[in-house]
Amino acid sequence: MSRLALALAVLGVLAGGGAVATSVGAGTDGAAPRPAPAPRDDDRAILHALSRLTFGPRPADLERVRALGLQAWIERQLRPETIDDAATERALADLASLRMSIPEALRAYPRPDPRMREKLESGQLTRQDMLEMYPPEKRPARLTAELQAAKVLRAVTGERQLHEVMVDFWFNHFNVFAGKGDVRWYVAAYERDAIRPRALGKFPDLVRATARHPAMLFYLDNWLSAREDFVVAAGPNRGRRAGLNENYARELMELHTLGVDGGYTQKDVREVARAFTGWSIERPQAVGRFVFRPAMHDTGEKVVLGQRLRVLGGAADGERVLDILTHHPSTARFVATKLARRFVADTPPSALVERVAATYTRTDGDVKAMLRTIVEAPEFWSEDAYRAKVKTPLEFVASAVRALSASVDARGAFELARASAEVGQPLYQAEPPTGYRDTAEAWVNTGALLARMNFALALVSGRYASVGVDLGPLVAGADRRQPAAVLDRLLAALVVQPTPETRAVLAEQLSNPRITRLTPDDRGPADTDVARLAALVIGSPEFQRR
Amino acid sequence: MERRAFLKCGACALVALAGPPRFLVRTAAAAAAKGKVLVAVFQRGAVDGLSMVMPYGDPGYGAARSSIALQPPKTGEQDRAVDLDGFFALHPALTPLVPLWENRSLAVVHACGSPDTTRSHFDAQDYMESGTPGVKSTPDGWLARAAKALPATPAPFRAVAMGPTLPRALQGDAGAVAMQSIERFDVRAADQTAGRGFESLYAQGVRDLLSGTGRETFEAVKMLKAANAARIAPANGAAYPRGPFGEAMKQIARLIKANVGLEVAFADIQGWDTHVGQGAEQGRLALRLRDFGGALAAFAQDLGDRMADVVVLTMSEFGRTVAENGNRGTDHGHATAMLALGGPLRGGRVYARWPGLARAGLFEARDLPVTTDFRTLFTEVATRHLGVAPTTLFPGWTAPAPPLGLFG
Repeated sequence: MSRLALALAVLGVLAGGGAVATSVGAGTDGAAPRPAPAPRDDDRAILHALSRLTFGPRPADLERVRALGLQAWIERQLRPETIDDAATERALADLASLRMSIPEALRAYPRPDPRMREKLESGQLTRQDMLEMYPPEKRPARLTAELQAAKVLRAVTGERQLHEVMVDFWFNHFNVFAGKGDVRWYVAAYERDAIRPRALGKFPDLVRATARHPAMLFYLDNWLSAREDFVVAAGPNRGRRAGLNENYARELMELHTLGVDGGYTQKDVREVARAFTGWSIERPQAVGRFVFRPAMHDTGEKVVLGQRLRVLGGAADGERVLDILTHHPSTARFVATKLARRFVADTPPSALVERVAATYTRTDGDVKAMLRTIVEAPEFWSEDAYRAKVKTPLEFVASAVRALSASVDARGAFELARASAEVGQPLYQAEPPTGYRDTAEAWVNTGALLARMNFALALVSGRYASVGVDLGPLVAGADRRQPAAVLDRLLAALVVQPTPETRAVLAEQLSNPRITRLTPDDRGPADTDVARLAALVIGSPEFQRR
Repeated sequence: MERRAFLKCGACALVALAGPPRFLVRTAAAAAAKGKVLVAVFQRGAVDGLSMVMPYGDPGYGAARSSIALQPPKTGEQDRAVDLDGFFALHPALTPLVPLWENRSLAVVHACGSPDTTRSHFDAQDYMESGTPGVKSTPDGWLARAAKALPATPAPFRAVAMGPTLPRALQGDAGAVAMQSIERFDVRAADQTAGRGFESLYAQGVRDLLSGTGRETFEAVKMLKAANAARIAPANGAAYPRGPFGEAMKQIARLIKANVGLEVAFADIQGWDTHVGQGAEQGRLALRLRDFGGALAAFAQDLGDRMADVVVLTMSEFGRTVAENGNRGTDHGHATAMLALGGPLRGGRVYARWPGLARAGLFEARDLPVTTDFRTLFTEVATRHLGVAPTTLFPGWTAPAPPLGLFG
């Protein structure tokens, strides 16, 4: 029996609540054999796993996981290469920029000519002329829009859900902002080439790939960072003095690896920045490729976190720094904390964080191994963790569309990306290097809650023209003249297990003539407004949680 | 900085108010005041303070900008910068603000900025909004700390940001609201059923963040309805420029007039990153300033007498290079100019310890040096106008004495 199966068995996975997780003191590593009840893949455990490891359960998922077994399903999600996802790939085909190399993107979406605006203002050019010369689908903003649509499509229809969750997670961890200079042309390649192939791989590989990517080099200014006395020898900035830029060095330690309290000093920031001097971008607006420029590199001695770098290391200085940082215990703890926060609770239990950090250290930052430690942990399955996380706007929008089994193509994905922005999370638009926050208070405010309720209403009433919502099948088999039966069918279909209080409030709504329409002669219920009920469920407190 | 000229206007402001006891007494008195509002306006992208409020009396200004310098003011000439005090002049696109200067409700704080020297927009914005230059890990924003430190009032609209998300400045546990408009701050359905349904769903259950906020949401919606806020139109003939910033200022004015307990508001305006083709009297910067100044002037006109209780404070993450670059624009610099506008201010002056634009005195030989820490200005406004205790605003930092004297 695998450790996951054992954990599920020992814990009786959330079996109706109550009896769980009280006596589980030891870590899973040393879990003493106990009289194990038969592994219970009960619905509550399955829903919990689905809500944490995917962008929300679809109506058919519960049955699918029941059939496969919870453990087998998790293992499958950890091996995305074994999951067929051709339908999603076909839907993504409409978004051409996703497949472009950086030079191709730079050519296909040229930046606007600054003189165009002047001509427009002076009347030399009409708006119509400009639209023809420079149609919206050729503008650089289109790059970001397609990326946003792709994220929504993959979140909503993708079968490799855990992989997609991790791509989103690592992008946010190694955030870059499309609105900063040339980054816009690099972001698709960044996610596709640096993040996606390594999302379930080794953490140090993610650090190495992002460090060299032009998106990160530009976003955190490292491409401009040079030894202190460097003078530009040629080009438009000839004669200009450049110097050290600490931006990447600082964020690399604060946000990517060690964490703000990870034990580095301002001196370390400067030493790391010096190590990375010369890591630059070849012709950012035409080629956009990593290049090491020896002339910019600081060849002096460097000591990082007490370790002396090999002298005259050149480009290898940066690689050596990444080695030091990714093997530091602070990094293990920092990454473990962020993973536990994503999958378990805003304030993750410290014992769990320590075990995930130990897995990091043992496996050289293997992401799959760390995820296994998490899903095998009693803390993951504890009552305290159940619905403890508030969904981010993206998770909320995607989970609502998934719960309704709505059909989405690329056009619908553009609409849903705008919806995510309205609810408070414009995708790929986190300006600071911290990315979006992963705690409830970042997303819960009065305006945002109203936006969520309004999204629920708009979605069920078909106001997103390219998102196909058909409520009929969800309540198929229920007699519309029996409002209570319709409600139960709907709750089951939307895979929401409401609290008794919520169930009661929803039942009260059934007495409203707007929801339960009576026969003209008042003899009794004639029909139930399923859309309105569905909106209430999607806007309810339970549905904001995962 | 061998040549540091104390200008007449700045010097008197700095010297006149050296008495701290009076300052403290006033702070305590202000705390009891009701209905005071602070509106913070962020010019994102780093506004060129040197052309927004032009130091025409400094020969370094025109010398450094061969194609984008404003012409100095000249009496009787239209479309030229407007003289303020014989040394500084207002960009002609800000002409709508001139009456506010003349009635002494507009003040300028120049050479103002952050002690942190980053030229990164997002770092500098982050620092200005958290109020902790150089420290990224500060969990909350300075405006949230200001709102939280106010005497407790239950008003759901105590702190409001116009926009889809809370800006860094209002993040924290001040219960700040992010809203796009008053009209959209409601459950949008053809009938009341949906709203009532959601309300009952959030009314039950445990008092956690989610249901607590849900309850506040419906209180807030009702409050806006009761105040008929959506029907409040601009008054006194105020005409807001079209566009997101004009709309945001109009919405804030409505919230103030609706008396829903607003104390701190936030709005931002984009488009100040004028690296290319900045222009002078006309051009890219002028267009943004027209929008900016027009909205501020309309706001003051709209509120009329109520402006006695309102201060608008503008800010930007840093300024721009003194010299123009090779693209007829300016690059990221250091200090900039900030405006403070409102009834209780001692306006009609430029508060500046002017460092001069001679190259030797510039920051890194290129930028206007910061001679007033932005926190000095923010502290003075928050403590004197809102009555916030200064200790909570900027952790680990104390405002230097004497204060600027913006409030007499």
